[in-house]
Amino acid sequence: MDTAYALFLGCTIPGRVRNYEQSSRAVADRLGIKLVDLEEFACCGFPLNAADHQVAESLAARNLSLAEEAGLPICTLCSSCTSALTEVSRHLAEDAHEREEVNTRLSRIQRGYKGPVKVRHFARILWEEVGLDAIRKACTRSLEGLRLAAHYGCHYLKPSEVYEGFDPVEDPRTLDELIRVTGATPVDYMSKKQCCGGSVLGADERTALEMARDKLAELKEMEVDALVVVCPFCGVMYDANQKSIEKMFEETFGLPVLYLPQVLGLAMGMDEKTLGLKSHVIKTQPVLEKLRGEGSS
Amino acid sequence: METEKDTEKPNETIAEGQIVEEAMLDPDFPREVAGEPGGEGIRRCYACGTCTAGCPVRRFHPAFNPRRIIRMVLLGMRDQVLKEPFVFLCATCYACQERCPQGVRISDVMRALKNLAVRLGNMPDVIPLQVKLLREKGTLYPLDEFDNKKRTKAGLPTLLEAHEDVGALLQELGDLGRGKEGSENPPETPQ
Repeated sequence: MDTAYALFLGCTIPGRVRNYEQSSRAVADRLGIKLVDLEEFACCGFPLNAADHQVAESLAARNLSLAEEAGLPICTLCSSCTSALTEVSRHLAEDAHEREEVNTRLSRIQRGYKGPVKVRHFARILWEEVGLDAIRKACTRSLEGLRLAAHYGCHYLKPSEVYEGFDPVEDPRTLDELIRVTGATPVDYMSKKQCCGGSVLGADERTALEMARDKLAELKEMEVDALVVVCPFCGVMYDANQKSIEKMFEETFGLPVLYLPQVLGLAMGMDEKTLGLKSHVIKTQPVLEKLRGEGSS
Repeated sequence: METEKDTEKPNETIAEGQIVEEAMLDPDFPREVAGEPGGEGIRRCYACGTCTAGCPVRRFHPAFNPRRIIRMVLLGMRDQVLKEPFVFLCATCYACQERCPQGVRISDVMRALKNLAVRLGNMPDVIPLQVKLLREKGTLYPLDEFDNKKRTKAGLPTLLEAHEDVGALLQELGDLGRGKEGSENPPETPQ
């Protein structure tokens, strides 16, 4: 197990989704994973894939070269950053010609890259490297009674060819098991594998919000206490945009959205402030109240 | 006069049941797409529709139909595919690519089509906007002093407000995002 990682935050988290960052840092610290900040990390390149794939690759390679220089593997929190960096790391390891081309482009900013650099999503590190047993041992409080729905999103699992099949795409279970270890009940549901619609937002807002609405509507019927996500983009779609969705479709959901490390942090006895639970658009209070009423025994 | 002009729009996405005229086709288009990174395997498609059946965008937006888009490419319908930028509706969720029995890298094909459309100046407004931000700041959500203060308050380390070196890696994009494409080719929004 690698115990130190360069923490890759990407564009969305630092200014808009600090609660995910706060809770991830706190949980990593509790589990003995050292997260190192490399201040030069910038955009992963993913958003530029629509405009120009090669340029997107240059941006990913720039970040990979920074981690290589620091001698660290990368820990990501955003699923899209994970796929962008992992794909490029693998592609450049296999294709010497492309690696040479990328290095020509990187030389413009006096950087170079040999690779490969290991890239892992934080949830995958928890699943594969820390393991359920160690997490169970770190838990001090049972979340029994909470019904939580895992949202895998897209790029945490796909494209599967770059992820060594650590979790089967058509029947994923890592997030459900990481929820179960806290004593909470992971809920199975129809639209579990569905995309949040986040990357359609720029092309067609209504379609994007309709995609997110579909899952919220199903979960409302299933009486879950919260949706659990591992990507800031998914978080923005379901939490920050939930009120716009309610307005657009004239329905109410009021479904709290938690980041996986917030769930784990609660089970580790961390407080609301440490986990950033007060900075959600949809109030997380009902979850906490339910826990106080029926949870720890 | 207005209505006449409207019905004769040559680049309109082909309507259901409309006959494809040979004169509309560009026989080189499949080769052009296959030459883009990710587009290589497009000819393997045998139109089974697995991609479309599982597409989460298709459920809510009928203009986005991966099987149809691939067929249009293979028929050489270059204008219809690239000038109406509905390819930008692709969420890049990879559901189709994971399930394609022919191993067509459908998400990558859509990416290749987006890249070709961008080179023609057809894209949603968000793209030049993102390019501009990345060229100037290296991030889509640049932080300012106030953000860093909030970060400090939340016990988080302060971060750089801009990464100026990133701009040099965007030089292949030419003037995209510099506001020059605006007047001549107003970015279209998908219908």
